[in-house]
Amino acid sequence: MVESIITFRNVTKKYKDTVILENINFELKKGRFYTLLGPSGCGKTTTLSLIAGFTDESSGDILMNGQKINHIPANKRKINTVFQDYALFPHLNVFDNIAFGLKIKKKSKNEINEKVTEALKMVRLPGFGDREISEMSGGQKQRVAIARALVNEPEVLLLDEPLSALDMKLRKEMQYELRELQKRLGITFIFVTHDQEEALAMSDEIFVMNHGEIIQRGTPTAIYDEPLNKFVADFIGESNIIEGTMIADGKVKFVGKTFECVDGGMNANELIEVVLRPEDIEVTESQKGKVVGTVISQLFRGVHYEIVCTDIDGNEWKIRSTKKVEVGASVGLNFEPEAIHIMRANESEAEFYQRLEKYQGS
Amino acid sequence: MKTRGLYFSSYVLWLIFFVLAPVALILYQSFIGINGHFTIDNYENFFKVSAYLQMTFNSVLYAALITLITLLVSYPTAYFLTKTKYKQLWLMLVILPTWINILLKAYAFIGIFSQSGPANNFLEWIGLGSHQLLFTNASFMLVAAYIQLPFMILPIFNAIDDLDESLINVSHDLGANGFQTFWNVTFPLTLNGIKSGVQVVFIPSLSLFMLTRLIGGNKVITLGTAIEENFLVTQDWGMGSTIGVILIVTMILIMFLTGEKKRRRR
Ligand SMILES: Nc1ncnc2c1ncn2[C@@H]1O[C@H](COP(=O)(O)OP(=O)(O)OP(=O)(O)O)[C@@H](O)[C@H]1O
Ligand SMILES: [Mg+2]
Repeated sequence: MVESIITFRNVTKKYKDTVILENINFELKKGRFYTLLGPSGCGKTTTLSLIAGFTDESSGDILMNGQKINHIPANKRKINTVFQDYALFPHLNVFDNIAFGLKIKKKSKNEINEKVTEALKMVRLPGFGDREISEMSGGQKQRVAIARALVNEPEVLLLDEPLSALDMKLRKEMQYELRELQKRLGITFIFVTHDQEEALAMSDEIFVMNHGEIIQRGTPTAIYDEPLNKFVADFIGESNIIEGTMIADGKVKFVGKTFECVDGGMNANELIEVVLRPEDIEVTESQKGKVVGTVISQLFRGVHYEIVCTDIDGNEWKIRSTKKVEVGASVGLNFEPEAIHIMRANESEAEFYQRLEKYQGS
Repeated sequence: MKTRGLYFSSYVLWLIFFVLAPVALILYQSFIGINGHFTIDNYENFFKVSAYLQMTFNSVLYAALITLITLLVSYPTAYFLTKTKYKQLWLMLVILPTWINILLKAYAFIGIFSQSGPANNFLEWIGLGSHQLLFTNASFMLVAAYIQLPFMILPIFNAIDDLDESLINVSHDLGANGFQTFWNVTFPLTLNGIKSGVQVVFIPSLSLFMLTRLIGGNKVITLGTAIEENFLVTQDWGMGSTIGVILIVTMILIMFLTGEKKRRRR
């Protein structure tokens, strides 16, 4: 049993009368990589501010290592933050920015020198210590901010969209490096992003948020494969969302046909929505497909083609395939029973997981 | 385009007639001796006669003291103003007194500090007895500081108000307490506000002459007083202009010293 490090109990945050975070509950384990994922304005930064202690909760309790920390000021919490807008000190150079926390803690000059040099190496900016902040690029600034936080060896590191200003290549590299770093140091990371790919690639566990609430939490695969509702399905990667009816356990009807599936536990003939991931759909010859469609567009995306088809009823299908097709050609679309994900309307996270467990466990 | 040219030319005219021409005239006058001939006697006198050097020293000393007092009062005031709920309103109240003529304010203080004025009444009431308050150096500096206060508060207020909130958060995040944050972040980042405040207070304070007479009772003779004396009493315009030039040079020097410098590189 891994110890929990940060716990939220019924935490609500209001500004004046506007509710920003509504009754948030979670328990984070030591040494894991968590991601808060959600659209702009959903309350990600606010959640981090509460953990770091920059703002006070309106109600509820925040615990660290089992101790209530509601009234412990930010400078006494063993938590460091990488801010969304870097927030580097403009009057200090790179070295002094990184050394700030160590100087406050009155570390010796040698130790400061050693640790800052090491931190600069870690974020791949060796020899940049003498630079002024104004002489650094956006990506370099972000790495200085990461070094400035990590050099204090916190128990929890909060990262507020730390990679958003980087170009694709550097971003991918930093994702990998951050993840490696987290595993090596064994620090709990709470990472904020609105990029689902980033969240899926890095996290042990993802919290999908919207409008100040946690909509769904789970491992990347769990969230990707079993999205709770249309919002999560849409937010986590592209998907085909089709209305349908649950005929019986393991039998679902959509686009006028009945298919086998692995879901169940719903009422007979309940109206549901089906999620089909574009990469779970296979393109074959038209007579071999479960559904027949006509290719209306094809876009080369580097690793794969993004194909859009319409079936006889006019439904649009998004498909991701490594095979090339002809625009205007008639093709067959195939998918496994496991690829069909069923979503009920207005099902809560708890009900969802309960049903999943009950049906799949039986 | 045409109207812009018009605005611009009127600005240039204003500059020529009310800034450049007077300065040029003063410069010219400063090289004219009592007998009306071109000479550098005035400058020689200034640096030879100890009274003038004493005056220069006094001017700088008192201007520095006034600036220091103003700064010590202004920084905390500005700091707490930025934290109040209706900060713009409070700031407005601080600035309001600058709309009142300086002479009116000086006379008001003569009333307050006089033998039977409220200040002495108060001293008597708390049992300290009445004192000579008017025409002392202390009262001179106090009134000068009072008058300069808004000019110091305003730039400091703006500097603190512009300070990025997240920098304060980072500082706390990195373990600094309130005082450490102030000393390592807030203060250095508002230094430019302090510099502008020092400029706008120190430079005019060098040439105060109304207050030295009305409140200070001419106990301290500053360069401002000396200029007034030379022009209006002894009618030695040449010497008056020389002091004026020296004052202008001092001001430029101070502006240069407190101005924005490029940050040193290590
Ligand atoms: N100091 C504040 N006063 C009032 N409302 C605020 C304040 N700070 C944030 N909010 C509001 O709280 C909501 C959540 O803000 P938050 O910064 O947590 O969003 P976010 O999820 O981090 O978004 P983004 O991805 O754009 O950074 C927003 O609607 C925002 O307008
Ligand atoms: Mg944010």
